[in-house]
Amino acid sequence: MPKVLEKISAKTEGLRNRLEGVDLRQNAIFIALLVVIGYFAITTPMHTSVTPDNWSNLVVQNGYILVLAIGMVMIIIAGHIDLSVGSVACFIGSVAGILAVRPLEQHGWEWLPAFPWWAAILGAIAVGALVGMWQGFWVAYVGIPAFIVTLAGMLLFRGLALMTLQNSNIGPYPDKFRAIGNGFIDIDNRVGVKFGVTHYNLVALIITLVGILALLWNSLATRRGRIKYNQKVEPRTWFFIKNILLATMMGYVGVQLSRAHGIPWTLVVLVFLTVLYTIVMKKTTFGRHIYAIGGNLHAAVLSGINVRRVNFWLFVNMGALAALSGILITARMNSAVPSAGNGFELDAISSVFIGGAAVQGGVGTVIGSIVGGMIQGILGNGMNLNSLGISYQMTIKGLVLLLAVAFDVWSKKRTK
Amino acid sequence: MTENILEMRNITKTFPGVKALVNVDLHVKRGNIHAICGENGAGKSTLMKVLSGVYPHGTYDGDIVFENEVLNLKNIRDSEHLGIVIIHQELALSPHLSIAENIFLNNEIKTRGFIDWNKTNQEAQKLLAKVGLSEDPNTPVNKIGVGKQQLVEIAKALSKRVKLLILDEPTAALNDADSEHLLDLLRQFRSQGMTCIIISHKLNEIAAIADTTTIIRDGNVIETLDMTAGKIDQERIIKAMVGREMNNRYPVREPKIGEEILRVENWTVHHPDDSSRVVIDNANFNVKAGEIVGLAGIMGAGRTELARSIFGHSWGVNISGQVHINGKLANLKNVRSAIDSGIAYSTEDRKRFGLNLIDDIKRNITIASLDDFVKFGLVNDNEEYKIASEYRDSMNIKAPSPNSIVGKLSGGNQQKVVLSQWINVNPEVLILDEPTRGIDVGAKYEIYTIMQELASRGKAVLVISSELPELLGICDRIYAIAEGRITGEVERKDFTPELLMKYMTMTKEATHA
Repeated sequence: MPKVLEKISAKTEGLRNRLEGVDLRQNAIFIALLVVIGYFAITTPMHTSVTPDNWSNLVVQNGYILVLAIGMVMIIIAGHIDLSVGSVACFIGSVAGILAVRPLEQHGWEWLPAFPWWAAILGAIAVGALVGMWQGFWVAYVGIPAFIVTLAGMLLFRGLALMTLQNSNIGPYPDKFRAIGNGFIDIDNRVGVKFGVTHYNLVALIITLVGILALLWNSLATRRGRIKYNQKVEPRTWFFIKNILLATMMGYVGVQLSRAHGIPWTLVVLVFLTVLYTIVMKKTTFGRHIYAIGGNLHAAVLSGINVRRVNFWLFVNMGALAALSGILITARMNSAVPSAGNGFELDAISSVFIGGAAVQGGVGTVIGSIVGGMIQGILGNGMNLNSLGISYQMTIKGLVLLLAVAFDVWSKKRTK
Repeated sequence: MTENILEMRNITKTFPGVKALVNVDLHVKRGNIHAICGENGAGKSTLMKVLSGVYPHGTYDGDIVFENEVLNLKNIRDSEHLGIVIIHQELALSPHLSIAENIFLNNEIKTRGFIDWNKTNQEAQKLLAKVGLSEDPNTPVNKIGVGKQQLVEIAKALSKRVKLLILDEPTAALNDADSEHLLDLLRQFRSQGMTCIIISHKLNEIAAIADTTTIIRDGNVIETLDMTAGKIDQERIIKAMVGREMNNRYPVREPKIGEEILRVENWTVHHPDDSSRVVIDNANFNVKAGEIVGLAGIMGAGRTELARSIFGHSWGVNISGQVHINGKLANLKNVRSAIDSGIAYSTEDRKRFGLNLIDDIKRNITIASLDDFVKFGLVNDNEEYKIASEYRDSMNIKAPSPNSIVGKLSGGNQQKVVLSQWINVNPEVLILDEPTRGIDVGAKYEIYTIMQELASRGKAVLVISSELPELLGICDRIYAIAEGRITGEVERKDFTPELLMKYMTMTKEATHA
């Protein structure tokens, strides 16, 4: 090690001791998110990036990528990859169209009955799970690398989507179906008006408050549990600062959304999935087996983990989430189109890696990937508002991905 | 022959927070075999990394004088250029490349800028002859055994016109025959005037081959012994290594042997790549409660294959035969069912097959028994922490917290994590495959104590080991295995290395005759 580095490391040692128990790498991504938000808040014309309407847009524009990122991080932790999710999302969008819209004669599906909107959504998700079973079968039970299986799937399901769509679009969709991608809870603020609150969506404010309380309660309960078991916890001041920051952030976004149209249904779906899958990954045997498989496949086998079964269900899960993503984009665009989902797989994969997952597997978190996806989304949105050309946007996004992973690799080396 | 080819003077190497080497002096005479011993973490590898330029000049204090010149090494290439070549414990061969390609990797023989394959193969052939290896130089190295791969590494070193050959644990992965061949080769090199530094845990080998032995402990040179005087025995070296008299390398105990727990009958296993090849041939054996039974065999005899085929068919195909546990026929169709039947198997290669090195102690200990921590479908990680803390204390795992990452622990502590993992599934039978491989003497003693503790709790313990003295020291009974067949069974009162070695080397022809 060069002398300079040694000196720096000696100096940081004191600081590090004081911050013991604070996972700097985990927190770095949140700091990056704040930096990106702050940067665009300052640079966009008339601070458009932080207006209520733009926050509302951000959620509905990125929801479908974030849903994919949740499934993708699980796949990547297990040491696989899924290149087919964009095509699957498109295919399922078209399936949802057939179920919900019943595009009659010109498509040859007239024998199908018209399904209510919720049945169409459930049916489409079920077809997504079937797609996942197909891919999971080849990966888990035949032993073909996921890269190949899903590369094939990328072509295969795009092809199937084109067949179902027969080179045209399916739409428009029933209003309730559309709401999941483009609707808001109590958009007319009827509840607010009843109680005399007109400038803010009251339901949104209440939901935000409940969310903040739930977050704080969960943080406290977790900390108490740890302390009860004599585990080392974060220093008290840091714990309070962090939670107050998080609560403020949530409150701010919630208030902004309430000044626009309220809480988007997409956000409800997203928060639900984030909480659900964080629990799955952290607190269930299935999640723990995924980390074990990615960390050391051989050891996982010899620990009695049924690796094939875990891999199979991972892809089924990814298929279902890709389906949901397809439903979200179709609902948002009010039309299933042959080009839907193009390049989604790359956005999802880079969200996961920006979010701190390791290419070798075994490392990654759901919340990290969500934040990674948000950083990407806010970058894209901010650059659009700054009227930056697509060429610049791609270049910058590429560099951000590279630097994020480089930072991760570098920080890992430092801790060794 | 009294001239020093190498003098390392006052070497001090500091890492943030730790002094890895403190004023180390190492004088190596030309034409000698110089052994370096020390417990894991004593500083042997760091010293060799300083010598070979992995830690460049300027990152340590002190001087290296090689052939009367003070060295100023910037990297490994510099040291190799001078004829200092190091062969690491983990072999650095590219598995799919041929022997010849590996030997001349990054040192290719070229004619007009292109690789001259004829000359390469011809030169490789010559080098292979020197190390006594009769293989086609075009053979990919993953097609030859570990022993032969080690010889390829040495041939590679020879191709670099080596003057000082450093071998780090060269026989750790070799069987006795291959080890013997390697030692003979080193003797032959010595007679040709080459100098060798050998790092080894195997003290009998050091006693057999070294001219001088330097013992390092905690980054300090404890002493340098002249081995040619003939008065140095292993106990003497061990004493210097651990800093205390180890009168007994194996803890004493009174075995209380009970009913038979494990009975294996007519167990036959075929090779997964070649299902016509019989790897385990009609094996029959048993282990009783409270008993420590050894499985002795030279490498390749089928010890690990036998253990893993029993452990949920995790190795081999066309497996036939029966396994009874406590008199009940065990279902072994997969690893999970083997664990549920009461069998635990800790692997010989903990880094590759035993541990998730990037995860923490707690989660490595609980992974095989995770269901015990589940309530309402959710894993209680606080309970996991509690159990892991208990194991950390009872097994003496030296780590700051149960949340410490396993990859950062020493070999001995990693092994204790593996053992904790399997003890926590509460098995009837524990199969321990090379439980003390690559760990230092002090930690070995602790592992033996743990094994005895398990036996005294009424478990059946089956130990596989390449080190015969170890088996003789701790077992109540030993089975010998050779070419996939159980060739002998010896009770403790009849233990002699000679008898066991006879069984272990009993080939098929010999038994038929």
